[in-house]
Amino acid sequence: MKDYFLKFWQGLWTIAIGMKVTFKHLFVPAVTIQYPTEKPELPERERNRLYVNMDDCIGCLQCERACPVDCIEIETVKAVPGEDLGKTSNGKKKALWVTKFDIDIAKCCYCQLCVFPCPTECIYMTDVYEFSEYERDNLIYDFVTLTPEEREEKKKNYEEFLAKKEAEKAEAARKKAEEAAKAKQEEKKEDKKEETKPEDKPKDKEE
Amino acid sequence: MMYDWLYNLTGSEILAAVIQSLLPLFLFILPFALFAVLLERKVSAHMQDRLGPMRVGYHGILQTVADIIKLVQKEDIIARDNDKLFFNLSPLIVFMGSYAAFAVIPFSSVFLGSNIDLGLIFIVAVTGLVVAGILMGGWASNNKYSLLGAMRSAAQIISYEIPTMMIIIVVIMLTGTLNLYTMSEWQTSYFWNWLIFGGPGFGLAKFILIPFMMMSALILFISTLAEVNPTPFDIPEAESELVSGYHTEYSGMKFAMFFLAEYANMFAVSAILSALFFGGFQSPFGYLGNLFNVPALIPFEQFFWFTAKGIFFVFVQMWLRWTLPRFRVDQLMTFCWKYLIPFAFVILIIVGLITVLL
Amino acid sequence: MSLKTEEMILNMGPQHPSTHGVLRLELKLEGEIITDVIPHIGYLHRCFEKHAEAMTYPQIIPYTDRMDYLASMYNEFGYVLAVEKLMGIEVPERVEYIRVIMGELQRIASHLVALGTYGADIGAFTPFLFCFRDREHILHLFEITSGARLLYNYIWIGGVSHDLHPDFLRLTKEFVDYFRPKVKELNELLTFNQIFIDRTANVGVLPAETAINYGITGPNLRASGVKWDLRKDDPYSIYDRFDFEIPVGNGEKGTCGDCWDRYYVRVKEMEESLKIIEQAIEQIPEGDVTSAIPRRVKPPAGQVYSRVENPRGELGYFIISDGSVNPKRVKVRAPSFVNLEVLGELCKGHMVADVVAILGSIDIVLGEIDR
Repeated sequence: MKDYFLKFWQGLWTIAIGMKVTFKHLFVPAVTIQYPTEKPELPERERNRLYVNMDDCIGCLQCERACPVDCIEIETVKAVPGEDLGKTSNGKKKALWVTKFDIDIAKCCYCQLCVFPCPTECIYMTDVYEFSEYERDNLIYDFVTLTPEEREEKKKNYEEFLAKKEAEKAEAARKKAEEAAKAKQEEKKEDKKEETKPEDKPKDKEE
Repeated sequence: MMYDWLYNLTGSEILAAVIQSLLPLFLFILPFALFAVLLERKVSAHMQDRLGPMRVGYHGILQTVADIIKLVQKEDIIARDNDKLFFNLSPLIVFMGSYAAFAVIPFSSVFLGSNIDLGLIFIVAVTGLVVAGILMGGWASNNKYSLLGAMRSAAQIISYEIPTMMIIIVVIMLTGTLNLYTMSEWQTSYFWNWLIFGGPGFGLAKFILIPFMMMSALILFISTLAEVNPTPFDIPEAESELVSGYHTEYSGMKFAMFFLAEYANMFAVSAILSALFFGGFQSPFGYLGNLFNVPALIPFEQFFWFTAKGIFFVFVQMWLRWTLPRFRVDQLMTFCWKYLIPFAFVILIIVGLITVLL
Repeated sequence: MSLKTEEMILNMGPQHPSTHGVLRLELKLEGEIITDVIPHIGYLHRCFEKHAEAMTYPQIIPYTDRMDYLASMYNEFGYVLAVEKLMGIEVPERVEYIRVIMGELQRIASHLVALGTYGADIGAFTPFLFCFRDREHILHLFEITSGARLLYNYIWIGGVSHDLHPDFLRLTKEFVDYFRPKVKELNELLTFNQIFIDRTANVGVLPAETAINYGITGPNLRASGVKWDLRKDDPYSIYDRFDFEIPVGNGEKGTCGDCWDRYYVRVKEMEESLKIIEQAIEQIPEGDVTSAIPRRVKPPAGQVYSRVENPRGELGYFIISDGSVNPKRVKVRAPSFVNLEVLGELCKGHMVADVVAILGSIDIVLGEIDR
């Protein structure tokens, strides 16, 4: 019987305490903000949309390799001799044309793993967080500063350069052959080496 | 009285009666629902350190209007396996039940739908209709969650009608009338004449009655609260268990009708409480109309006091809703049958003895 | 004589307000009484363990974040400890302190979600928002330090990605002072509310023996009265340097091991975490945080099991390395997954409303269960 009344009383009493708490909060200023009109101040280390400063990119593919979700796609073309690509802001000499630098921001998991290995600090995360799109394709960001024609041109240049080199080699080889017609087979092997070289080279550099 | 005035104006009994019965709906329930929904959202928001609706109009004043426009536009979804007839009928019955209660509520000495002598019994009877509507809706939805919600709701409302009825009997014993208008008139002028303070007349009985009246006001508040399902008693629509109970399957205007009925009910319950225990439309401190000798002012003052009291109790309901967790079905029943009914019964006997002996 | 009604099968989830994500429960009901509960999982399966085999060791860290997304810091912490154990890396003193502070802040944040959503499950919505309001302060601390609010990738093998923000220690101290009264307020509003006690006390009682047999860990085990906390019983990192209590359930409002105990143990654990944070702030030394990070993570061939006390229980990582840059196998012992198993046992004979209460008190995260 005592428990019966005690429980009833406790029920009323604890409800009254709870009501006191909520009533106090009626006069506490709100902690929320009116989002699109008011925006929170973001800390400097904020990790949101990726940005690539192409002036500094040397096309080393470090970020592509660090990405756990493979959202970065890079293609590079070697510059032909005589072309000056300039230097990055921290003094590294650029040797590659970057013809493709796509980041699929829809895939990006904002882990910042791509930012740390970059030797020129050209890829970094900004505090832009409002970039929703109606089309998923619009979320594939192309950072390359070259126009599509220029990209084609660079590729063509390099191919021509290769072809020219090949031709020169062939010329030289022919001359050699003319001079010494005996050692033809060895020269052919050398040609093959030349072909594989351009793709290998950038990788060697990073490692 | 309003009816006589309308009768003189239109010259037809039927027209006068129709207009009179529609007046509370358009003059009161709809504007009140608009207001109450906003109030609820604002109260809850500020209790939770939020701002609540802020976009539509100044501090979101027009938010409810925008919501209603949205609800009207929405597609009315009826699933293939619903019981079409009952499914469509249910929101109407629920709304009708809660709206009909307003017919006898005295908003002021001139503004009341119908001054019938069985006022209190009428309210209890028509709000019973709501149970039928909810059961229909839950059954016709052909959804297990809805069915569970409807079953819970029926059990809950029927159980809680018993303590409500007992307290009403207590009040009847003291006032000797079932007419809400007479009851309000009886608790005249100053707040110490309200029934919660023992009613008019000075004597030993008044002072003995005060604690019992306070208890009965509390019990009436709790048990009528349980009939309108705000949080501690919202097990029929318990959104974390039953998604949203009996109106899970409803959309658009039909959902809006359930919603409207809920808010109308909230006020109806508060109105009954204030009519029974808090002097109804009577002002607690006398009238400005008497002070300045302008009798025409008095009905408006009465209307103000009545809505103020009503809105205060509505606020208390919201306050409770945003403070408390909800009961479980069996605890809800325990609370009713083991606490409220015995208490109400004891009060009934004691008050009976007081009225007989003193 | 007992009357039997027709058995009703009720599907709860995967879209349901209180199954905490995408858990699907098949409830067999007799009226409102539950005769059986069958959980169906896998709606959030993302092949974490298979993915891990194709990743390098540092690349796995963002994936561990996404398992228990409410306690990302602690998932990283556990994984990183396992790899460090495998490679034999000694991390600088400051890093250890940073990790402990972050871990304990994360424990508070995770418990706040658990308590808040539990309140919402029981029907009280206001405590839910109060808890989220307080959690926001912690997320802000994480944000200024790591740049992210939920999935941090902050704790790295051999160190942490950034040093603490210059304001961090001051803000954390402020948070500790701010948070103590808020716990009291939460207790007033929800914990000791009679309705809440009625709803949770004596519901879903988990006796100590059953808990041990099912392999339950974390607050759920401690609520049953078993004093088992890896921070004390198998200290990792620098937890042996701090002075704190292990709160256990004692059946204060009902039976030992009921939902209320499971809830209240978490409240008390938050207070203990505050103690640890205070001590760590006092003791934290200056130093470099990135010095021990290896240039190339290539552990020697071998295997390792390492476990930490996650906010939800014992989080274990079993890693087999074949000496290459990718692990051969990463197996996770997910606390939520193990804790969920007991649900059927607890729910039998209770009502539908109690399923919600019991499920909430176990505090599962589906991201971790399905991985």
